[in-house]
Amino acid sequence: MATEAEIHAALTTIFNDVFLRDDMILTAELSAKDVQGWDSFKQIEIIMASEEHWKIRFTTRELDALRCVGDLVRTIASKTV
Amino acid sequence: MTDLHWLPEMPDWRARLRGLADRPGSVWDNAVSLAGARINFVLTNALDETLRRSMSAPPEGVATKPVRLAVLGSSTLTHLLPAIRVAGLRRGIWIDTYENDFGQYWQELSDPASALHAFKPTAVLLALDSHDLTAGVTAAMDIETANAALSEVTERIRATWRLARETLGCPILHQAALPVHLPILGNNEHRAAGSRAAFLTRLNARLRVMAEEEGVDILAIDDRAARDGLRAWHDAGLWHRAKQEVSHAAGPVYGDLVGRWVAAKQGRSFKCLVLDLDNTVWGGVIGDDGMEGIELGQGSPLGEAYAAFQTYARELSRRGVILAVCSKNDEANAIEPFEKHPDMVLRRGDISSFVANWSDKAGNIRAIAEELNIGLDSLVFIDDNPFERNLVRQELPMVAVPEVSDDPAAFPIALADAGYFEGLSVTDEDRERTSQYRGNKARDALKASVTDLPAYLRGLEMRLIWKPFDRVGLQRIVQLINKSNQFNLTTRRYTDEDVIAVMADPEAFGLQLRLLDRFGDNGVIAIAVGRLQENKDLLIDTWLMSCRVLGRQVEPTTLNLIAQKAGKLGARRLVGEYIPTKKNGMVRDHYTKLGFTAMETGPSGGSRAVLDLASYQPASTFIHVTEG
Repeated sequence: MATEAEIHAALTTIFNDVFLRDDMILTAELSAKDVQGWDSFKQIEIIMASEEHWKIRFTTRELDALRCVGDLVRTIASKTV
Repeated sequence: MTDLHWLPEMPDWRARLRGLADRPGSVWDNAVSLAGARINFVLTNALDETLRRSMSAPPEGVATKPVRLAVLGSSTLTHLLPAIRVAGLRRGIWIDTYENDFGQYWQELSDPASALHAFKPTAVLLALDSHDLTAGVTAAMDIETANAALSEVTERIRATWRLARETLGCPILHQAALPVHLPILGNNEHRAAGSRAAFLTRLNARLRVMAEEEGVDILAIDDRAARDGLRAWHDAGLWHRAKQEVSHAAGPVYGDLVGRWVAAKQGRSFKCLVLDLDNTVWGGVIGDDGMEGIELGQGSPLGEAYAAFQTYARELSRRGVILAVCSKNDEANAIEPFEKHPDMVLRRGDISSFVANWSDKAGNIRAIAEELNIGLDSLVFIDDNPFERNLVRQELPMVAVPEVSDDPAAFPIALADAGYFEGLSVTDEDRERTSQYRGNKARDALKASVTDLPAYLRGLEMRLIWKPFDRVGLQRIVQLINKSNQFNLTTRRYTDEDVIAVMADPEAFGLQLRLLDRFGDNGVIAIAVGRLQENKDLLIDTWLMSCRVLGRQVEPTTLNLIAQKAGKLGARRLVGEYIPTKKNGMVRDHYTKLGFTAMETGPSGGSRAVLDLASYQPASTFIHVTEG
């Protein structure tokens, strides 16, 4: 099972790649309104990149419930048991 | 999942992308190189955006024609555009793209004042989604109604092609429908006249016939999805959320399929497949294992897999791909299976350029291109050995080198998935091409090549770890001594007991050498046995090496070690002996090449050479030596 720390580290790489940056600092509360350019298109990229990385598939309900990075980390953790 | 599995991983990819803008003069070349790595959709987008920040137009002096591709469709295609542009970049082609406003492609085609016309496309991709194509189709339809619906859709597509050709005057690529609909009847789905799944199957068949009539090319994502699995291409959840039919994850492969077409239109598909032999075309090493020892054909799964790969290569050649051989072998050994092995599928006559020698492969590939009179950028080189692959990638970046595992079952898949030889049709000339080359080309002796080998060797970070013979290594030592035929100076065979006797003899030494480099551990690759004579000469009783590590400075490094060990035993001179066999012609001049003085030559071609240890200067090499 992936620990939350491992998920955090891999997600940081994904966010840096998606937003073309190298200085993203992810916190559990971080959400779309805090990051310039985080629109629904980028949201899908983050989700699909996570699915590819952890070889998982999110359900429609899980995706609808995502509000912040913390939600994403917890959902990934629950699917990589 | 579907990915660019034939492209190599590039460990410093992100760092190189970040540094892309730092060297304005080489942005394009570096971007082309980054596009040649195995990247997913996120990194594909990152490369596209970074490049477009540095350059807004194709660089001057690029040999390829820039392309302005209008992507027209009925659902969201925005997410696929960066992958199409990067696929062009991978082939050195600058692609600008245009996407119509959501669902408005027909209106834009009809209106000369539209943004589409202002874009002045040089090519059109028509990508209609399967929901749009089956709108109104339902299981309630009877066969006549369903047929009428199919005709209506196909005629609408035909009209779109004609309109695009009339108003834009450029070549058209039509995306086959992705079979996203689920069956409602089952195995005999085709009997459900109004089934949307069956409708798409029939539509895709009809499209291909119509494309022939209208001179349109097909983008066969239906075939590709059939091989990858539909789920690698389509995510129902994503369709509901964002009306994206082709998923992000499939983007890089989708883009590459388009890029192949763009390149083929410019005549820039690859033309020639260059084959390594040992462990690529057959299992084993022909020089060591002999005709009876190589694995090929019926009798073993591995042998069948090699034969299947040969069959695929032969099929490629029969439709016009040129075949060549580039192998580290004595030529006579390499050719023998092509002429005499009963299970060889490929025959000497299938190979238009046959190069087998002990020179480095980059130089030999240059010679093949020269002999065939085709550009290096039309060659694909397949080799099971990562060292050779990386050497060729570094020395000849324009040559395509698919990344393959050591499993021959995967070789044809890598070639097919990579689409190197994308063709738009097959002509009579294509079918006869091999015989043309065969007739015209003599096999000239190879010219000396100018490859920057030292730089490559330095970059390999090689480490040679030596150990005296020991019990742990016994099995491998005995195996090497009894199996090596080519790089083997004396071909003396040793039993377990003989090796153990060397360990116990204070007047002798046995060395086992392991070579590591940045690509991994090559294992024990060389053996040397020295025996002190009564006159204080050190006789090199045995010196053998695996041919896989030829050309990597292992020989002089080994000599340094032998000289050092001999000195410790109190020797004054080294005496090297060469005993000729049918297979070890490659090491005839081994000792004189290393600076020994030839002493005597026997009647059967055997020879001895000496090296004075007092005046011997150890050779300097790029190999770091440690005791293990």
